[in-house]
Formats: sequence, structure tokens, C-alpha cells
Amino acid sequence: MRQQAAIAAKVFIQRDYTNGTICQFQTKFPSELETRIDKQQFEETVRTLNNLYAEAEKLGSQSYIEGCLACLTAYTVFLCMETHYEKVLKKIAKYIQEQNDKIYAPRGLLLTDPIERGLRVIEVTIFEDRSLTR
Amino acid sequence: MHLGVSESMRECEYSQISTRSSTPMETPYKKRTPKKRKWESFPGRNKFYCDGRIMMAKQTGVFYLTLVLILVTCGLFFTFDCPFLAQTLTPVIPVIGGVLFMFVLGTLLRTSFSDPGVLPRATPDEAADLERQIDVANGSTGYRPPPRTKEVVINGQTVKLKYCFTCKIFRPPRASHCSLCDNCVERFDHHCPWVGNCVGRRNYRFFYMFILSLSFLTIFIFAFVITHIILRSHQTGFLNALKDSPASVLEVVVCFFSVWSIVGLSGFHTYLISSNQTTNEDIKGSWSSKRGKDNYNPYSYGNIFTNCCAALCGPLPPSLIDRRGFIQSDTPQLAPPTNGITMYGATQSQQSHMVSESETESVTKTSAFRAPNSFYRPPPLLSSSSKAPSPSS
Repeated sequence: MRQQAAIAAKVFIQRDYTNGTICQFQTKFPSELETRIDKQQFEETVRTLNNLYAEAEKLGSQSYIEGCLACLTAYTVFLCMETHYEKVLKKIAKYIQEQNDKIYAPRGLLLTDPIERGLRVIEVTIFEDRSLTR
Repeated sequence: MHLGVSESMRECEYSQISTRSSTPMETPYKKRTPKKRKWESFPGRNKFYCDGRIMMAKQTGVFYLTLVLILVTCGLFFTFDCPFLAQTLTPVIPVIGGVLFMFVLGTLLRTSFSDPGVLPRATPDEAADLERQIDVANGSTGYRPPPRTKEVVINGQTVKLKYCFTCKIFRPPRASHCSLCDNCVERFDHHCPWVGNCVGRRNYRFFYMFILSLSFLTIFIFAFVITHIILRSHQTGFLNALKDSPASVLEVVVCFFSVWSIVGLSGFHTYLISSNQTTNEDIKGSWSSKRGKDNYNPYSYGNIFTNCCAALCGPLPPSLIDRRGFIQSDTPQLAPPTNGITMYGATQSQQSHMVSESETESVTKTSAFRAPNSFYRPPPLLSSSSKAPSPSS
């Protein structure tokens, strides 16, 4: 059986609704992570995620063209094509994977993709720091 | 302090956390149990068909009535009125009628069968975390918890976010809990029994196009059936015309009563779209100037054109409930809210032996891609937080 690190705690970064209903997360640095990761680093991650979600929901010419094309083809076009939103979600998944591998896993943290939590929270799992046990 | 050793130790410890999604091959000791899809253990009161592809409300009787009315009226129109009209006037009439009919049916089915924007319920960990925060904020531990609200300022307007006791989340702005479907729905407009589903963020545009095209279809059929009767009356007299084409009478009656309601509804929703409001907000008068001089709609883009474009041609978000995904047996399951007790392994959908050792949780993700899964054992002391009574929201 694979050795699993024990979870010490979980921190939830909630949504930030000050700009309306678009998907944004609070950039406030949670106190539980103070000993584990640099504040700037964490805020940078959340800010990048916020920018990516804003890109997904952006109202621009591209989204309008996609919307009109979809309407004209009675939405059958999505049988062979991904929506812009889905494409950006894939980008986000890759970004989180990359961040976990490079930055968070070496520090005993794990970011869960918000889409797995219904875009409600960014779940940060804090694993027990066994190397600190004396 | 042997930093070198502890560093390598740390590397050794944490490199064991898998950030990649697992395949069934990696867990060889798991019993071969039939994999269940997430829709089979969906906590809301929805009905699913076609292995989770179709999602509807529990009561679908009125939807079938809508379908029958449309199919029968159009069927009669194409069978009895169109041949005469195609001959006498132009064959373009049945063609236009056909196109309108297909569009109406397509948008109706799309509205009825798609996910309106249901928000998945909170995982036990999230719910516990929120409860902790609320208790800290309130300070009191009275027998009945006080109503939980959070205030947020959006574009200068103060909006109250309510806590949903059923879903254990603070509802995002414009979301509402549908008591018929027992789900929180994003940008909740209303629950429409005629389409047998809620109308929310993800299917509002289809609903609007359905009622708009149905208005055109109803007016179209009404106008041409009257034309048919009039033209026939010129040939054979009024009473004979009615006798030759009795179906037309039924069509005129159905269309006459439908026109008022459907056209009225289309007009109402056109107004809602142009001012970027939901039916819910309009009925409550949330952004009405009667409430106060400074009361305005913070979600409106300012001009009618942008509001319409945003509602009808804006990006379509994917479903947040992964209906057709498979339940991962080693991840925690949502605790049923009415229980008040976190049940370990007592979910009816799970048959794997792993359930008895850990809570299982439905992982929500879009079906278009697989996001990384985390391997962990949840801490066992979650039951204390879910003992609070959960009144219906």
C-alpha cells in the first residue's frame, strides 16, 4: 500500500464577489500557510488563477462570434468543438498541476482545482510536516 | 540541526503525494465492483435519463403537456392547412413553418434537458470550515443558529449573501435555492413547470429563444389558419370551410389562448434581458428605484445592447456537477444534510470495501477533462460539526 502523508489541515480560499458574479478568489493570505509558503508566491498563484477565470468569462468579440455560430448551428457545433470556457479550464488545470509539482508539493501543500469543488473554493491541503518532528 | 538530512527527508516524505489522477490499475486491491456514475448519487430531487446525459425536474407532467400541445397543433397545421396554403399561396409557408417548428422543439428540449447551473453541495470539510468561521463570527451558541448572511459590496450596491442550510454554502449573488428541485441554482430565474426544469444561468438563453420562437410560431400558425379559412370561405362558404377543415378550429382556439400568454412572457423576458435582471429579482423588486433613490442594478452593463449580448451570446459555462463522471471510491462522499451526522461509508451508491474505511466524496469536475486527484485520508473528527440541525432553506 502506498505511504500516504497525513493531512494536518485544510484551508479554503473563498470566492470574492466584489466584482459581481464572475469567478474570482480572495487573494488574502490565510494565516495557516504563513509557516509553509511565501505570501507573494501564494498571492501570485491566486492572482494568475483569477486572471485565467476572467479570460474564460470575458465578453468580447470572440465569445460573441462563438455564441452566434453556436446559435446558428443549433448548438451542434459543440459536438466537435470545445467552448472557449472549457479550453480555459483545461489551461487552468494544467497551471494548477504545474504549480503543485514545482512549488506546493515540495512544501507539503496541495492545491485542488476549484472546478472539483464547483468553483466555490480553492482547497489547500496542508500535509503534516514530519521533518519538523523532534 | 541537520538541515541536509531533514531536507532530503522532507523531499522523501512529500514526493509521495501524488498530484496526478489515478487509474484503476494503481489500486490493485480494490474489488471489481461496477463503477457508478455521479448522477446516481446526486443529492437533489432531479431525474436523470440516458445515463446522466439528460437532467430534468421531478415533476415532468406539464412538460409532456407542452410537448403534446406543440406537436399536435403543428401536426394538424402541416397535415390539414399546409397543402391548401402551399397550393393556393406559396410553398414557402410550410417551409418557414417547418423551420420555426424545428427551432421551437430544439430550444425546448435543450432548455428542459440541460443543467440550469446547479451548484454542487459543499464537501464535509468545506461545510465544517464555514461553520467554524460562522461560530467565531457569531460568538453565541444558542439552540437555534441565527440566520447566516454575509454582506458584500458589488459595484457600489450592498448585496446580502445568504447561507443555504441544505447545500451548506453561502449562495453566490443571484443564486437561489429551488425548493422543487432541492438545488441551489446560479443566476436563478424561476422554476418553469412547462419545460420541466429550472431556468438558470446555463439554460436561460435557450428558454428565451424557446418562448420567442414559440411566439412567432403561434402567431404564424394563427395567421395562416385564419387565412386558410378565409380563402376556403371565398370558394365554398364559411360553414363549409369549417366542415372541410375541422382541425383548423382546434388550432385557432389553441393559438388564440397561447398567443396572449406566450407573447406576453416573451415581452417580459425581453425587458428582463435588456435590464439584466432575473424574474426572481424583478418580482422581489430588488433593484427597483422604489426601494431607494440610490438603488440600482449592479449587474447591468449600462446599455441594452451589451446586456442582451451578454445574456444571449456570452460564454456558456460548463456544468459544475459532473453527472457522467465515475464516483472515485477512495475520495470522500457528500454527507446527506438531513442526517446531521457524518456517515462513514453509509452511502447507498458505494459498494467498494474502501468505503468502510473512509468517507467518500463526489469530486466535481467537467467531463471535458480530468483534473488531478488528491490521495488522502480525511481526518476522522468531522462529525462534531455536522451535528447542527439543518432546517430547510
